[in-house]
Amino acid sequence: MTEPTKFTGAHSLFRSLEHEGVEIIFGVPGGAILPAYDPLLDSPIRHVSARHEQGAGHMAEGYAQATGRVGVVMATSGPGATNLITPLQNALMDSTPLVAITGQVATTAIGSDAFQEAYTTGLAMHCTKHSYMVTNADDIPNLVHEAFHLASTGRPGPVLVDIPKDVLNQLTTWTKPSLDNLPGYKPTVSGHPMQIRAAIELIEKAERPVLYVGGGVVKANASAELLAFAEAVNAPVVTTLMARGIFPDSHRLALGMPGMHGLYTATTAIQKSDLLVSLGARFDDRVTGDPSAFAPDAKVIHVDVDPAEIGKVRAADVPIVGDARSVLTDLLSALGARRELSDSPERAEWFEQLGVWQEDHPLYYEQGPDGPIKVQHFIERLRAITGGEAVITAGVGQHQMWASQFWGFDHPRTWINSGGLGTMGFALPAAVGAKAARPDDLVIALDGDGCFQMTCQELITATTEDIPIKVIVFNNGGYGMVKQWQNLFYGGRLSAVELGGHCPDYPKLAEAMGCVGLRVDHPSEIDPAIEKTLAINDKSVVLEVVVDPEEMCFPMVPAGGSNDNVVMRREDL
Amino acid sequence: MQHTLTALVEDKPGVLARISAMFSNRGFNIHSLAVGPTHREGLSRITLVVDAPELEQMKKQLNKLVNVLKVQEMEPAEALEREVMIVRVSAQPTNRGEVRDTASLFDAKVIDISTTAITFEVAGTPQHLHTFLDHLSPYGVVDLVKSGRIAMRRESALTPAAAIAGVGK
Repeated sequence: MTEPTKFTGAHSLFRSLEHEGVEIIFGVPGGAILPAYDPLLDSPIRHVSARHEQGAGHMAEGYAQATGRVGVVMATSGPGATNLITPLQNALMDSTPLVAITGQVATTAIGSDAFQEAYTTGLAMHCTKHSYMVTNADDIPNLVHEAFHLASTGRPGPVLVDIPKDVLNQLTTWTKPSLDNLPGYKPTVSGHPMQIRAAIELIEKAERPVLYVGGGVVKANASAELLAFAEAVNAPVVTTLMARGIFPDSHRLALGMPGMHGLYTATTAIQKSDLLVSLGARFDDRVTGDPSAFAPDAKVIHVDVDPAEIGKVRAADVPIVGDARSVLTDLLSALGARRELSDSPERAEWFEQLGVWQEDHPLYYEQGPDGPIKVQHFIERLRAITGGEAVITAGVGQHQMWASQFWGFDHPRTWINSGGLGTMGFALPAAVGAKAARPDDLVIALDGDGCFQMTCQELITATTEDIPIKVIVFNNGGYGMVKQWQNLFYGGRLSAVELGGHCPDYPKLAEAMGCVGLRVDHPSEIDPAIEKTLAINDKSVVLEVVVDPEEMCFPMVPAGGSNDNVVMRREDL
Repeated sequence: MQHTLTALVEDKPGVLARISAMFSNRGFNIHSLAVGPTHREGLSRITLVVDAPELEQMKKQLNKLVNVLKVQEMEPAEALEREVMIVRVSAQPTNRGEVRDTASLFDAKVIDISTTAITFEVAGTPQHLHTFLDHLSPYGVVDLVKSGRIAMRRESALTPAAAIAGVGK
């Protein structure tokens, strides 16, 4: 940054962002944040102009999930800030490291119901890990540094920094920041040695162990340690929706995703296990079903960097507070002190049982030769043609579950979705963020038509910012998952779930946004359509896939039910 | 059963709001809350009286707040707990003496008087205030205001027998 003649809070903000190594900011300008958009012009930091703050927020989340680095989003006061609430809560639920910078009305106007005033830090109190209101520009270096530290350490999450306009304009100096003013924040990284040994005791004794792996292992970048540990203890691995990709689905120990729409064997293995080793997972209701009926015979080793997760839903026999990578490393060395790591137990009976379940209860759908196209089939074709070498983002609903079930993830950070909050419309902006972060990778948003209509304005962002993504819009003419529930649990009384007659013409919409628009509605055209989509790389491509509106997503454990009752087909309900 | 938690917190804007926001977000119930400065500049102590079933979660969630430095739970036997109450009791000239005599058994101080009522100030353990009210209620309580509970951990060692007897209540 060239040295300005008058160094203001806004300059200090950018000096700080550069100091934190920020490469890209996703944002939308506005009145109160105006002063910050001026030094942006002289900064090496790239600004991606989203068309809506929610989109900017999800882009920053996509960036963060694709890289593990802190995503940064910037917005103005009032509506700019309130539009960020959804991404902030989304990032909180999925522990995504995010820093949001918001403009605020001048300190002299705060509390006066000024134009575009909202109590942003108050709103953010409920949906961030922490939030700051900066009242003196001299504090900017320290507070921004603290914000990045909080966002990226311990259990990662969103942190908001609200800066009034007069503070952005205040003359100041930039000083090297410190973390001396965080006396109440000391996340535990290393697991307690005694608990590590206790865990190894339990694991070595277990006959039917399952490694229950959650998003915390992704955050900890512990895929290598997980692989080594799983092989050393020779235990099957289930990966939650947030953890897909952290353990290769092609591995002999991989059972895939457990839970409400999980694979039969993954869900049932947990139910019948005698030891659950939970690594960076939080016993979410979509995994456990009725918690009182969940894994009734299992002892639990619970590893989490957030002590509040341990014992929240399920009592732990061995609680271990620590970062998944550090704990896995310690578990491996404790195990290595007892025996050769390669001398792993056979667990023949357990694996035989798992094999029988896999054989008897595979994922199932029927693709007729003349259509309608099944989403599952399309995803399998896309997986085959790309060889799985892509970053996949997803919206929320049936297509998301099918993507998780059928893609077959082999690399970490190739699956980006909204797990905890279930934010429809997440896929497209998240794909823009992921592609901005990893321009050399193929980034594909798998989206439903319902989701797509929530954030499709960000297509123009992809075009104008030259961030070419692929968007697959599975058009079943409605909110498929909600419709599925109405069909199953409301006697087929469909209420406000069918959008069919009033959907936009998606290829035309794509063309209007400077993208290439394609449509496929017959199974025989799937492969050529995919080839064409993959061949165009100078523009974003929207491929509308007209799919069966009646298809339902199975397996399914009805909400609140016991995971002993995995429903494989509609007829079984 | 009620438990007393104390939290040492940074004296920064919004800290109390963060704590109450977290409690309401998570559906935790607070019976009483008192906040005030400590002898250390920049640090305040918050005393919370809460329901027991979610105690572990509460402590952990409190600890997660960035501005919270330390959370302590106090067993009744090891806590020095105090509350202050101002209570207006109906008292006619005919029974004024009786009301005042009863109140004086609890070291209550008369801080206001009218032709129809006496207003007392009484401080002590929660049990002390409770007993005071038991004895004064028959005369008719007209108005009442009570502070949140404040507490500090007892330093003197307790024998098991004393702990069972509930010394410090």
